[in-house]
Amino acid sequence: MPNNTEKTYVRSHEPVFWGLFGAGGMLTAFFTPVMILITGLLIPLGIIDKQHFSYEKINAFATSWYGAAIVLVLVALPLWHTLHRIFHGLHDLGVHRGRDWQQVICYGFAFAVSVFVFTLLLQMF
Amino acid sequence: MSELTVEIDILRYRPELDSEPFTQTFEVPYTPELSVLEALQYIKDHLDSSISFRWSCRMAICGSCGMMVNGVPKLGCKVFLRDYYPKKVSLEPLANFPIERDLVVVMDDFIQKLESVKPYIIPGENKCLSEGPYQQTPEQMAKYKQYSMCINCGLCYAACPQYALDKKFTGPAALALLARYNRDSRDNGEAQRMKIVNQEEGVWGCTFVGYCSVVCPKDVDPAAAIQLLKVESSKDYLIGMFKPD
Ligand code: SF4
Ligand code: FES
Repeated sequence: MPNNTEKTYVRSHEPVFWGLFGAGGMLTAFFTPVMILITGLLIPLGIIDKQHFSYEKINAFATSWYGAAIVLVLVALPLWHTLHRIFHGLHDLGVHRGRDWQQVICYGFAFAVSVFVFTLLLQMF
Repeated sequence: MSELTVEIDILRYRPELDSEPFTQTFEVPYTPELSVLEALQYIKDHLDSSISFRWSCRMAICGSCGMMVNGVPKLGCKVFLRDYYPKKVSLEPLANFPIERDLVVVMDDFIQKLESVKPYIIPGENKCLSEGPYQQTPEQMAKYKQYSMCINCGLCYAACPQYALDKKFTGPAALALLARYNRDSRDNGEAQRMKIVNQEEGVWGCTFVGYCSVVCPKDVDPAAAIQLLKVESSKDYLIGMFKPD
């Protein structure tokens, strides 16, 4: 039936989470396999000299402004991606109870760990 | 007529007789050129005249004959017994819709969703007839043409797991239809329609499973329409942060 009274539309805040999800997905797809390849295979197999990844080198990288920014982005965004997926996956699996709490826990976790990593990096300077 | 036959299971439901749907099996003479719809017509003409199903054009234009064929949403007239032979074919009413009778489903909600997206050109300025027709370049037309090919068959709603979980979701065909008008150079209703898009029940109910586009018999690709609308909605969200309406 055509409805003559104009409906009220409620804007969703999903674009924020979808944006983080999309950016995180991109990183997860492109960089995570590379990181696993380097740290999980190439270094243990001795193909890459482990001196390149010594404590001093990594520490120097993580305590530079650009290095800290890269580490933060590489940890935080894939995390937002993952928890967004878990949040929507719960809906898909039919876990309907406490959607609000699921949301708070999922995004809250991503937020908390992002802040944690941020402070951790900050106190290394 | 050939000796070969094929077995067809049909999920039947006659509200005045049955308390719940049940499966009835029919044996139909097999020929490779027989469509599932023609097999149903054979059953109705020769085996059981009480069987109900919808059809009209027999050529994938009217969108009436949608049904689940071996669990996949298909147009009965566009799928052939040869695609399954010698296996059994099972026919059920379209998933995610209430059954009206046998293979006929209640499409009211679907139609309402289509109507809800303002599926008509909302002109900007009122052009006088003497100024001639609205003109469009092939490039302008290419922007929306694909999304205008929908025949409202409902297969994408039967395929959509989000519509299955939440009937409030506007759904693939209606959102593709919305995109069709938003992308039309003659239209000026984008601001009005973005309000529909921006809701949870709008594009944000979609998690990009993409099955709608797989089953669509007209290659409308509603999933693509929705993802592009998500980008538009995100832009709209950013703009809305700086200048709320
Ligand atoms: S988008 Fe495709 S599957 Fe969906 S109703 Fe239109 S033609 Fe049918
Ligand atoms: S009968 Fe018209 S689409 Fe199949």
